[in-house]
Parts: sequence; C-alpha cells; structure tokens
Amino acid sequence: MSAVLRTAGLSKRWGAFYANRDVSVAFEQGARHALIGPNGAGKTTFIDLLTGTVAPSAGRVYLDGDDITTLAPHRRVKRGIARTFQASTLFPSLTVLESVMLAVCEREGRGGAGWRALASETAASSEALAILDALHLGAESDSTTRTLAYGKQRLLEIALALATRPRMLLLDEPAAGIPAKESVEVLGAIARLPREVTVVFIEHDMDLVFRFAERITVLVAGSVLAEGAPDEIAADPRVREVYLGEIPQGEAPLA
Amino acid sequence: MAGSAERREPPRRAAAPAPRRGSLSDGRWRPLEVAFWAGTLAAYFAFPAWHVLGSQILITGLFAVSLDIVLGYAGIVSLGHAAFFGVGAYVAGLLAANGWHEPLSALGAAALAAAVAGYLASFLVVRGTDLTRLTVTLGIGLMLWEAANRASSITGGVDGLSGVTLAPILGRWTFDLRGDVAYAYALVVVFAVFTGVRRIVSSPFGRSLVGIRESSTRMAAIGAPVERRLRAAFTLGAAIAGIAGALIAQTTQFVGIDALSFERSAEVLVMLVLGGAGRLYGGLVGALVFMVAQNGLAGIDPVYWQFWLGCLLVVVVLFFREGILGGAANLAARARGRRR
Amino acid sequence: MHGDFIGVVFDGIAFGSLLFVIAVGLSVTLGLMNFVNLAHGSFAMLGGYVCVVLMSALRVPFLLTLPAAFVAAAAAGLVLERTLYRRLYHASPLDQVLFSIGVVFISIAGATYVFGSSQQPVRLPGYLQGQVRVAGHDFGVYRIFLVAVVALLTIALEYVIRRTRFGSLLRASVDHATAAAGLGIDVGRVFALAFALGSGLAGLGGGLAIDVLGLDPTFPLKYMVDFLLVVAVGGAGSVRGPLIAALILGVFDVAGKYYVPELGGFAVYALMIAMLLRFPLGLHGRLG
Repeated sequence: MSAVLRTAGLSKRWGAFYANRDVSVAFEQGARHALIGPNGAGKTTFIDLLTGTVAPSAGRVYLDGDDITTLAPHRRVKRGIARTFQASTLFPSLTVLESVMLAVCEREGRGGAGWRALASETAASSEALAILDALHLGAESDSTTRTLAYGKQRLLEIALALATRPRMLLLDEPAAGIPAKESVEVLGAIARLPREVTVVFIEHDMDLVFRFAERITVLVAGSVLAEGAPDEIAADPRVREVYLGEIPQGEAPLA
Repeated sequence: MAGSAERREPPRRAAAPAPRRGSLSDGRWRPLEVAFWAGTLAAYFAFPAWHVLGSQILITGLFAVSLDIVLGYAGIVSLGHAAFFGVGAYVAGLLAANGWHEPLSALGAAALAAAVAGYLASFLVVRGTDLTRLTVTLGIGLMLWEAANRASSITGGVDGLSGVTLAPILGRWTFDLRGDVAYAYALVVVFAVFTGVRRIVSSPFGRSLVGIRESSTRMAAIGAPVERRLRAAFTLGAAIAGIAGALIAQTTQFVGIDALSFERSAEVLVMLVLGGAGRLYGGLVGALVFMVAQNGLAGIDPVYWQFWLGCLLVVVVLFFREGILGGAANLAARARGRRR
Repeated sequence: MHGDFIGVVFDGIAFGSLLFVIAVGLSVTLGLMNFVNLAHGSFAMLGGYVCVVLMSALRVPFLLTLPAAFVAAAAAGLVLERTLYRRLYHASPLDQVLFSIGVVFISIAGATYVFGSSQQPVRLPGYLQGQVRVAGHDFGVYRIFLVAVVALLTIALEYVIRRTRFGSLLRASVDHATAAAGLGIDVGRVFALAFALGSGLAGLGGGLAIDVLGLDPTFPLKYMVDFLLVVAVGGAGSVRGPLIAALILGVFDVAGKYYVPELGGFAVYALMIAMLLRFPLGLHGRLG
C-alpha cells in the first residue's frame, strides 16, 4: 500500500499562534483513518490545508506524489479530494436535490452549462436521488435546505461530498449532531465505501473512532502527538494523559 | 411531544408520491408570468398616450434585471452598474450619430462592448472583500463618467450626445415621436432578452451562482471554479446592461452623461431591492413601481425627490427587506398556511 | 499651486491628511462593526456647515468653530448609531450599503433645502492665509496648519488607542467582538463611542476641508470613493494603514493633476486599484 495523500512539514501560523506545526502525515490508499485530539488541536485547520481552503505558512501537500500545495480548492476536488465541513455550509435556499445535482454536474463538467434547465439533467437527478436514498434522505429531496433538521443537514453534507465521487474523503465531525443510532449507521455506510475511497475523519466520539478507524493520528496543540493502530493509540500513555483530563466521567473510551 | 410528531412524520411522507421533482423549475411559464407579459402587451393598446414612459419602464426594468444577475444571483454588490449601461448607450448612440443607422446591429455592438468592459472589470471585482468590490465598482463608474466628460468632443460631455438618427427597424418601422414603435421595439427586445435570462438562471450555471452567493467555500468544495463563474455572471450582467443602455439611446435618440452617473447606479439598486432581488421579476416590478411613482411626482422639486428616495431606502432596509415580490410571496405563503 | 516638486508633494500631504482625518472613522466602523457606512461623508459635511454657520451668523472665530464641528458631528453620530445604525450591524453588506446611501441622499436633500446648492465661502483668518518661504520653497500657511493639526490628531488617536482603557476595549472588540462580549465588555457602548468618535473626526475634517475641498450639498457623494479607497487600500480596522493610504492618494492625486493634467484623476485611481489587487486586505490589517 502506498500513500494517496501525504503532508511534509505542514504548518499554519496566524501571528504568533501555530494552528498546525510541522505536521507530516501519510494517508494510505483505502485507509479508514481517524484524526483525534482535544479542542483547538488544529484538526479542522489541517483539513483546510489539505483541501486548499486555507494556504499553509510552510510545508507541502502531495497527492499521488504530485505537489498540490498551491492548487486551487476546486481543482483538488477534480483530482478526487472531497470534504465535509464541521459547521454546516450548505445552500439554504436550494432544495436538497438541487444541491446534490449541482455537485454531480460540476463533476461531469456541466456545472457551467447555461442554457438547459438544471431540472432537465435527468442523469444527474437520478444519480443524486440514489445518493440521497443511500443516506436515507430520499424523502427530503424536495425540501429546501434551510428547512431541514440539523441531523439531516449533516447527512446532506456527506451526500454533497459523495456526489463528487471522491478517492479521498475528508470528514470533519460527520456524526456531530446526529442521534447516536444514526451516527453508527452513517459512519458504517462510509466505512463500507469501496476501498478505492480513502476516508479520513475527525471525530470526538471515541466509541465511533475505535469502532471504525483502522489507523489513528492524535493531534495536540497543532502537532502530531502519536500515530498508530487503534490498540497502540489506546495503550499510549501520552495519549491517555492528554485525554483523561478531557473525557467526562463514565465515558472513558480508552479504558 | 416533538418526538411524537416525528414519529407521525414517515407515514405522511410515504403517502406522498415518491420523489416529486416538481419543485425544480422545469422552464414552463407559470400563469402569473403569462399574465405579466400579457399585461405589457395589453398596455400598448390600453395606454397609447404613455408609450414613451412605458418603453422607458421596460428598458429600465431590463437594466434592473441585469443587476439582478450580478447582485441577486451572484451576490456581488455593485455601486457602478451604470458604467455598463452607459457603455451600451454611448456605443449605440455614437454609431447612430456617426453614420451607422441600423438599430439591431448597433444593439449587438453595444452588448458586445459592454460585455468586454464587464469582462475586464470582472477581474478587479470578483476577488476581494465586499469593501473592495464596492470601492472598485464605484471607482470604475466614476472613471467612465469622467472619461465621457473629458471626451466631450466625441460624447457631447454634459450637454449629451444628440444627432442620434436611426433607420427604420428591419427596414419597416420608423421611430415616431409618440413612442409607438419605441414601445413595441423595447417590448420585443426586453422580452427576448428576459426569456434568455430566465433560462440561464434555472440552468446549472444559474443555480451554481445561487450556490456561490450562499456559500462560496462550499461551492468550491464541490468542484466549482468560483471565480470563473462570478466573472461570467458579471460579464453577462454587463452585456445585458449594455443592451438596456443601447435601447434607451435608440428610443430617446439621445445619450445624456447621466447614463453613467452614480445616481443611475444607485437608482437601479433601489428599484431592484424594492421589487425583490434574486427573484427574476423583481427588477421589472421594481422599475414599474419606482418609475410610475417618480413620474407621478414629476412636478415636485428634484431635491424633494432625492429626499423621499433616501427615506424610501432607509424604510425598505429597516422594514421591508424582501421587496414587493418577497412580501407578496410571504403573504401568499401565509394565506396557503391558513387554508391548510 | 506651487511650481516646484517639493511644494507639490507638500500640497499632496496636506490633501492626504484631510482625507485621513475624515476617513479614519470609517476605518474604525468597518473594522469594528463590519459596517460599510457610505454616509460617513455626511458627517464631514455636517461639520463643514456647522463651521460656516458659526462663522457667518455668529461671528465665531474659525479655530473655535472646529471643536464645535467635532461635537456636532459626534453627537449626530451617537444619536444615529443608537437609533438606526446598530440595528444593521448584523445585516448583509447590501442592506448596509442601501441604508447608508439613503442617509446620503437625505443629507444631500436636507443640506440643499437649508443652505442651497451653491459652494459655501469660507474666510480664513488672516494668520492662516498667505505663504511662507522656507529653504527656497513656498508653502501655504493653511496647508502647514492642516498638516500640523493632523499630525497632532494622529498622535492623540494613537495615544487613545494604545494607552487608554477605552483604547484597549476598542482593540479587544475589533479583534474578537464575541470574545470581548464574553469577557463582560459592554461592546454596544464601545461601538457607540467609537462611532461617535469617528463621526466627530469626520466633522472636524469637514470643517478643515472647506478651504481645500470646498463645501456644497454633494460633498458626501463627491468624495465617497476617496474615503472608501483610503480605507480599502489602508486596511479596515487600522489607523496607520489608512494614514499611509491617504498620504499616497493625496500626493499622487495632486502630483498627477499638476504634472499630467490630461490624465487627471485616472492615474491615482489606477494606482489605488493596483494596490488593492496587490494587498486585497489592505496595507495594514486590524488596529495598529
């Protein structure tokens, strides 16, 4: 197995504050890789750097060995990197179906087509409906996004990312705000994606992390504290030290 | 309680026909739209004495629609949209004043010139923050006004460009003083351009502009080239503003330097917001209401007009945010809710 | 107009200083409240008319009318902020733009109604008129006075922002409005005071500007783009950025109009747009 996406010495500095400092991580083809760490550890910034939403202060990002550090975000999507956002950034006035269809059209290079109605893109609409059905959002396809319940908006985030047919899926707290039972289902669906898709996810719920991750990277204060298989991470005394103060009683998942 | 409501939800959903697609605009003309355009046609016969004003309302409405693409759909706040209106007006006016009297080709030339101007300006506009956009659009408008003012030997400067004489349209209809031909010509052109805009806003491109307005980060994250889309929208808006400007020049056979003025940019902004931005018909409705009101108050001192315009802006922003069409849509939704 | 380079540059610095005094309040409102207040020039115009009325009707000496211009504009700013502006802090930029254009139109119409549309004359006191000759160059006394006043104001402003309690509250609120509110800072009060201070400075600038920029009801519109450029190029929320931007704009505007009159204002706008493209967030971010 080889790394699909890797970083070398990636740093992001705002003034004197390092959100990320010298982060070098490799994501193997087909991995189910969790990114964990306390609040403010720089997990979201790291994803922003990988997707080009934020430009790094130093370091490089490589996709399939190519340096993509300065590639524009939408071009990275074309090369197969998709993401979801922690805070929902959807299109409030578009319907669920329209939103997903837009993502499909962009992938097919028809996003700039200006003469035929979006509604007449039948191939895009059946594909979008299939994605929505897989995420149990089919019944909501005609709802306007702003009227969706929060949990369903989170699912729509994932639907939009899947519609780009990513090889590299970066999920920023996909299960936050979704009821526990559904979150297992959602992450299960993601984990069952074909192995051509590499999945990286940020997650706070340690049950979910240890259930679905095959590899874990721990970020603390912007730097990598530890990386390894789940049992190695669970046994790592440094990780336990960071987490024991953080986790509410009765939930200590590392035990 | 909320839980029980949720549990009742699925059966009702299941009873509904499996995924409706009706909510996506499929391009069919709705009854209200047909009524609107039938009204513009009927107005030709019903108000023969008002053809001059009527044609100006239609043209200004088209100008507002062009701003709607830029502002209402793509979300770019522009303080200098009159720049492109003025470019169109001067191109059509100068052609006609200098020996090219055929109106339709001049219309095309004006659209092209305004599109080029818009495309060049778009590089300055689409990057940057809202403040930068405001400053740059305002600056471009002022520079063009100043350029037209300096080049008074060509443009007539503040006296305006006269001597605009046109050949009959398609060799058959000659512009008359009562504005009969002007109204018909404006109506045909405005309707044709509007039909195009109507298609464009429901296309993937048009929907992607809405997406960019609502979340440009998210739009980039699904692979859309955000800046290129915005440049295209700005160029399209400029081209249509150019057509509107050319229509004004041709139907009034005159180009005043105020075609490029800040007041013109501000007024069209007011009309669009008054009618409802991002609603396609908002510009047309806003122009109608605005210009009828302005015409009715024509007797009063322009200073008072400016005062009331200012008050109107403040009141619209504070209390009537969604414009006439938005307000009407809310009322309609409330009425439907009550019936159910 | 001076015939030599040094004189032209000095005139440019004087013009830039004026722009800075008027526009610095706009920078603070934009940085602090994220409010695009296109009506900022209306407060400058108010200051100008206060000076004119006090001088002509009440025979108040010019120098004494300036503090009055400050107070009047600051009071007007405070009232409008408390009643109207603060309702729109969370509105979209479009709403803010429309609202403030409305205020501009109302102020223009109001000024025309009260004072007529003509230019207001200003008679500077004798000791501010004429020229002095320094090292072989002629300098207008009033221009020297302007630069000196603005230099003092800038130092005072820096002191207020860096050394006073209000200044530290202001800086905290610019950096993190929510965090500042969380720390128990009355952000609303800080906003109101900052708005009043910025409006007052604009009023003072308006009074100082009568002799240089002229004063008629279209003032807020005529110089709107200059104020916006100063803030956009300088960086919203900053004091030093707009100062530098205003001086650059002033010098290049005066020099451009003097040396290449046929290009007039175009050269300086082109330069400013180039700077905007180079520094999209301004020369100097945040308060500093």
